[in-house]
Formats: sequence, C-alpha cells, structure tokens
Amino acid sequence: MTLKLGVPSKGRLMEQTFEWFAARGLKLSRTGSDREYAGAIEGLSGMELVLLSAGEIPRELAAGRIDLGVTGTDLIREKLPTWSDKVEPIAEMGFGHADLIIAVPALWVDVDTLDDLDAAAAAFRARHGFRLRIATKYHRLVREFLRDNGVADYQLVDSQGATEGTVKNETAEAVADITSTGDTLRANHLKILSDGLILASQATLFQSQTNTLSAADKKTLQAFRQMVNG
Amino acid sequence: MDRAIRSRAEALKTHFETAGAQAIETSILQPAEVLLDLYGEDIRARAYVTQDPLRGEQMLRPDFTVPVVQMHMAHGAEPARYTYAGEVFRRQEQATGRASEYVQVGYEVFDRANPAAADAEVFSLISAPLAALRLRAVMGDVGLLIAAVDGLATSEARKNALRRHIWRPKRFRALLERYSGTSPIPETRAALLASADPFAGAGLEIGLRSRTEIKDRIEALREDQKAAPLAGQDVVQINRLLSIKGRLPHALAALGELSRELTAIKPAVAQIQERAQAMVSRNINLDEIEFEAGYGRSSMEYYDGFVFGLYSDDAKLPPVATGGRYDALTRVLGQGVEIPAVGGVIRPELVIALEAKA
Repeated sequence: MTLKLGVPSKGRLMEQTFEWFAARGLKLSRTGSDREYAGAIEGLSGMELVLLSAGEIPRELAAGRIDLGVTGTDLIREKLPTWSDKVEPIAEMGFGHADLIIAVPALWVDVDTLDDLDAAAAAFRARHGFRLRIATKYHRLVREFLRDNGVADYQLVDSQGATEGTVKNETAEAVADITSTGDTLRANHLKILSDGLILASQATLFQSQTNTLSAADKKTLQAFRQMVNG
Repeated sequence: MDRAIRSRAEALKTHFETAGAQAIETSILQPAEVLLDLYGEDIRARAYVTQDPLRGEQMLRPDFTVPVVQMHMAHGAEPARYTYAGEVFRRQEQATGRASEYVQVGYEVFDRANPAAADAEVFSLISAPLAALRLRAVMGDVGLLIAAVDGLATSEARKNALRRHIWRPKRFRALLERYSGTSPIPETRAALLASADPFAGAGLEIGLRSRTEIKDRIEALREDQKAAPLAGQDVVQINRLLSIKGRLPHALAALGELSRELTAIKPAVAQIQERAQAMVSRNINLDEIEFEAGYGRSSMEYYDGFVFGLYSDDAKLPPVATGGRYDALTRVLGQGVEIPAVGGVIRPELVIALEAKA
C-alpha cells in the first residue's frame, strides 16, 4: 500500500505547493509529458503523488480515496458539510491567500455594513418585486453567513466564473466571491462591505479522517508529518 | 414508506376525518419559485431543489402548508377543515442524524368565526392521539411580540424594520439596540449623513439598483437620524416580555401584569386568555402546558400567532408534533385575500419509536 497525496494539478498553486514541500525535503514532480497528470515524490518512500483539480481534492479526501491533500480552506468548508469529521488540517501553507467577501457596487454610498445590505435588500424587493440577487459559487458558506447575521430578502444566483461582471450585466446586484488583492473588484466598480468577510482562506494541507491505514502506511504518515511539521 | 408508519399515518388521518376534516392530497413536486419567494434563501438549505427542463426549478415538498393553502385559496369553500398524510423532504446540512425524508399527518383549519376556538381545536385534536406518550407541551404566541412592536412610540419605518426581523432574533436585538441608542451609529453611516455630497467619489452607475434608490435610502436614513431614541423602558419591557416562561396559568398572570404597563399587548394577552378558556372547555389541563413568550421565533417565518410543539424526554429527538397559526401566509399567497388559518402536524414514525421504548 502507498499513502496518496493529492495536490493541485496546475498553475501557480501547484508550483507553490511543490516549493513548499521541497523546502521540507520532499521533492514533488510531474512525470511524463506536460499534459499528462502523473507525478512522483522523492524523499520518502511509500508515498504516491496524485494530481487533481483543487476543487476535487475535498471530495477525494472525504471519500478517503486520497490520504492527504492540498486545497483551500474555502473549498473544504463549501464542499464538505461537517468538514471537521472528514478531514483534519495538518499545516497552513502560507500561500494561496484568498478572502471570501461580499461586495456591492461602489456607487452604493449608503451601503457599508451587513445592516445596510439588509435594509437595501428590503427596499429593493419592495421596489423591484424580487429579492436582491447575490452572485456566487459559494452557496453554502454565503447562505450560512447571511443567516447568522440576520440578513433577509436576498437570493443567491449561481455564478461559476467572472462573478465580478454580473452586476454590470444586471444578472445580480451584489457578489460574494474570493479576492486576494481586490483589484478585480475595483476594476469592476465594486467595493467590499466592511463587515463582509465570510472566510479568510489559504492553501492548507489536510489529512483524511475517513480512511483506514495499514501499519506500514501509518509509519509513512508519521514520517511525513514529522517532515512537514518539523 | 414503512408499513407500520403507513398504517399509523392512516389511523391518525382517520382520527382527523372523524373530527370533520376532508382528506386531501398534494403533489410532491412543488414549484420552487413560490417557496423561495415566501421563505427566502434559507429554504434552499432545507429543501431538495431539482431542475425540470419544462417546469423550471422544482422542490420536493418540504411541508404541506403552502400547497394546502394554495389549494384552499383556489377552490375551497369556507369554513374548511383538511387532513393529509405523506412524506416531506428536508435536506440536512449538519450531521444531526435527523431524517431527510419522513411522514407528516396534518390537520388544518380555515375558519374566521372563532380563532381561539380553532386554536384549541387543533391543539386538542393533535395532542389527543398522543396522550399515552406523556409528551411535554410547549406553547407560545408570536402575536405578543408583534403587538409590542406595533405599540412602540417610534417611527413607522423603525416598526417595519423590527416587524421584518421578528423571526431573526439576533438582528431584531441589534435593531433595538440601535434605535434605543445603546449601540452607536456605524461610523461610515455618520460620515455619509454628515457629507454635503454623498456621491462624491462614488463609482460608476452599474446594476439595477439606481441612483434614485440610493438617494431614497439616504433620505430615509436622514429621517431616521431625526427620530427620538426608543425609551429605555420600552426595551426593558420587550425583554421582560420575551423572558416570560412557565406553566400557562402562571405565564398568563405574568402577561396580565406586564400588560398594565405594556398596554399594546392587551389584545394579544386577551387572545391567549380566550384560547386558554377554549382549551379548558376541551378538557385540557393548562397546568401541563409550558408557555414561552419567545417560542417559535427562530423556526419558520409566517407563524404569526399561536405556536406549539409536543416534545419527548429525549432532547435529541425533534418534536413529535408542531403547529400554529399562519394568517400572514394566507395573506401573501392570497394576494390580498386573507383567511385566518391554523394547523399542525404529527410525525407518526416518532410516535412508533417512542411507543416501542415505553
């Protein structure tokens, strides 16, 4: 048996993940052609590298098909109800910082807090006959956040990409999305609510809690955890 | 459906039919739009939503209330009593171990003549078949808080905002604190109101919410700033109201006492009194009912009067039966036509489980 480590399969997140492990004595690499999603780990035997889309890593961890995985806390919380029963965070990796926030048009000078958003939503619904639309792909997180904060008269509309553009396109009045610098929001004439931070996310190494490990795997895991936390 | 549950559901339904109810059926698939419009986004967390290429978004019925009200509004004659039995479907986002599919047997009354008697009738018919289980009965009345808000010496806008958040205790409290001046005006709002040109440096005009709407809200905020703060006494009285709890006769005495100062709740208290009398004439022991003035506030919106629940000793189990008055729901679904309505449901599978334990 081998211990399976799932990491993001492309882009800056993959590079930073490789660097992070390299600094801890584990050399991760892609093998085969540029387009083939296969990888190798040097520095610890008994481990296997699996390259996956960052969005699929939570599901694979929860199912126990990978034993360890690197993904954002935002994706874990959105995709895994009762996430703490299924995965355990081992290390925050210090990159991939992203905040899930609520943003509204910068034109809305009267809206700066959730209290304002709630009042604006009530007036909007009375005037337009439907609930104020918030575009997002983080339905669960946003809904729980707004419920906990007592915001009413809104609806979530699904947006899987280019979310910041939905207001201008009039398919939503506000957005809830991931931002790191806020540049894209500003370029799209949006501003962040002052108390609209839903979650501060970063790339994190998680361990699955749903798998059963052989004695050999447990030993490998112990050595692995020593290397990454050491 | 499990055979034992099915036959128990049928027996309960027969019990309601014997009491004069007409048996009805509703579809399992309900148009999502109506439910979303009523309950808001929270219903998505509780209901299964599915996509139909022709009929649009559909929900597996999360309860019977909405389809029953719609059916009654469309072709019901008044007064009317209905009963039904069938599955409802609830998504569980937390690992509470609660069922995501279960049977409800319900009894609903649409009758203008005597609301207090109708409340007592529903409570009595729902609790009678459960008597052997010695359940704990909890009762409340959302109408008390609504009346207290209506009676506040403050602007209509502030009352509207409070009424809107009756069912969201946290925001309701935050609003009370803001209006009474115990929590300060947010800095950004104070700056906005002090500014000569609120739109200085504002962004490009994008989206459906127009500049006029923003101006209107600023105007509303200016008006609100002029309003005198709520008297500290008012807030104290609302807190006192919400803390009233105890056996129904004691709670009624406490409510009576409070209503001498908080006079706005007098009609609501009289209504509870009348309901209690109607319960006595149905041989219900008021000492066995716990009254909580804040009960039913964090459950579904639109219960706007009498609310009740019957609980077992096992705190992990959901209530065996629940119900209440939902006049406001009929107002929304009836587009202006309103009919006083009260009803309740029993979960037969919990009844069977508790009987097995006893």
